[in-house]
Amino acid sequence: MFADIFGFPPQVLFGQLLLGLINGAFYAVLSLGLAVIFGLLNIVNFAHGALYMLGAFVAYFLLTYGGIGYWGALILAPIIVGAFGALIERFLLRRLSGVDHLYGLLLTFGLALILEGTFVKFFGASGKPYPTPAGLQGGVNLGFMFLPWYRGWVVVASLVVCLATWLLFERTKIGAYLRAGTENPKLLQAFGVNVPFLTTLAYGFGVGLAAFAGVLAAPITQVGPLMGSNLIIIVFAVVVIGGMGSIVGAVVTGLAMGVIEGLTKVFWPEASATVIFFVMAIVLVLRPAGLFGKTA
Amino acid sequence: MTLPADQAVGGQHASEHIEAIRVDDLHAFYGESHALHGIDMTVYEGELVTLLGRNGAGRTTTLRSLVGLIPRCTGSIVINGQQVVGVPPHAIAHLGVGYCPEERGIFASLNVEENLMLPPRVAPGGMSVDEIYAMFPNLKERRKSQGTRLSGGEQQMLAMARILRTGASILLLDEITEGLAPVIVEKLAEVLTELKSRGYTIVLVEQNFRFAAPLADRHLIMDHGHIVATVAKHELDEKQAIFDEYLSV
Repeated sequence: MFADIFGFPPQVLFGQLLLGLINGAFYAVLSLGLAVIFGLLNIVNFAHGALYMLGAFVAYFLLTYGGIGYWGALILAPIIVGAFGALIERFLLRRLSGVDHLYGLLLTFGLALILEGTFVKFFGASGKPYPTPAGLQGGVNLGFMFLPWYRGWVVVASLVVCLATWLLFERTKIGAYLRAGTENPKLLQAFGVNVPFLTTLAYGFGVGLAAFAGVLAAPITQVGPLMGSNLIIIVFAVVVIGGMGSIVGAVVTGLAMGVIEGLTKVFWPEASATVIFFVMAIVLVLRPAGLFGKTA
Repeated sequence: MTLPADQAVGGQHASEHIEAIRVDDLHAFYGESHALHGIDMTVYEGELVTLLGRNGAGRTTTLRSLVGLIPRCTGSIVINGQQVVGVPPHAIAHLGVGYCPEERGIFASLNVEENLMLPPRVAPGGMSVDEIYAMFPNLKERRKSQGTRLSGGEQQMLAMARILRTGASILLLDEITEGLAPVIVEKLAEVLTELKSRGYTIVLVEQNFRFAAPLADRHLIMDHGHIVATVAKHELDEKQAIFDEYLSV
């Protein structure tokens, strides 16, 4: 019924495009959280993947032990994990604020290993199934492809969260504080803004975004201790490509890399796992600050 | 009757002799280097005091110590009755302190209006946005421009304007005339005269003695991390030798 596109049946092409868009949505939300954190703390949060995993596990616990389903978890898990993140910032990372940022990176890397190790010990390395919410089971046949409702929802929810974060940063007073704090935290504090508290909030918010992505992922990937470590390496590449600390860069690059990865699966499947790193290498050579980064 | 230099203060509010800032034996350190060696100074409410001296004399460090931006300080700084050594900068601001840094500190990621509205209110009774725009009409015209796209003079106006909105009564101004055209410097002198008449307490770090001399009630001369002399407005002629010794390059 439909002609082949570049010699590929449209079902294959659009199917991979959708898959790419879904992966891109996860890259976008995760790298957005990393960008928020990098802005105020100047550290690359290596615990991000583990906190994403924690978000999925909190959703799993809420369901298993609390009887709280997907929609409740989508709200509660980011708050719970975000509060956990705020504690990490307040009691661990803040102590390192005066020393080289490399220490913060090492600390978060250690935290990731501890979190993942702990969950492997108690829950095993394999994934636990998490049901797709009742309202979003099944899908619709678009003629050229089959669209599962849940996957469409993931893309929409991610975009809404990214847009809301952008609005928060660009159109609100607290966003002005966050932007100013990224540029010159000392002066902002001398103006009377409690920058240490703002930093705790920013870390908690970035971590909350990771947990939100974790809950979104739970019905797709299952809930397993290592679900974050598989994903986070790609997300770091996305952050490097987009430019450290750029909100718009994180979102656009995240989606674009997902799509590029999906298309590569169609045209050259063997390269799909490495294409993002290939792009990263090129960007680093041509524009070291990233596509959206400010060249200092 | 001749008052001792420290008490020979001017300004309509200064006669009440309420201490806005009192610094005793202040030492400040940057890493291994000892930048301030026991500063003693008092600034009374409504007074305009300058810190004069060559580059590296410790004037900027003194201002930064007052707002809490020098992590290693010893001694005592009392602002509006409150000890602030060891107090975090954001809490010091809420004692009614407004700080205009030497590098102006206009935020590139904020437009002019966002820069203006950024500092939170620290006390009641700040100037309204309309009053500020009346004082600095250029800022109103360019309120949607990116902060750092303004000219140097406009950026300086913005850096001053944004602390007038907050209700701060003590203004700490670092090198506000540096690198600006004479016409802008004149405008800043007008602004300072206006602020002084409104009763603000002002500490001004300056290189430009001609700018500072007619405005200030007292001049504190700094050298090598010490305050080496205090010259009141009426002593400018008799103490000219001090300026020649410590300010000439």
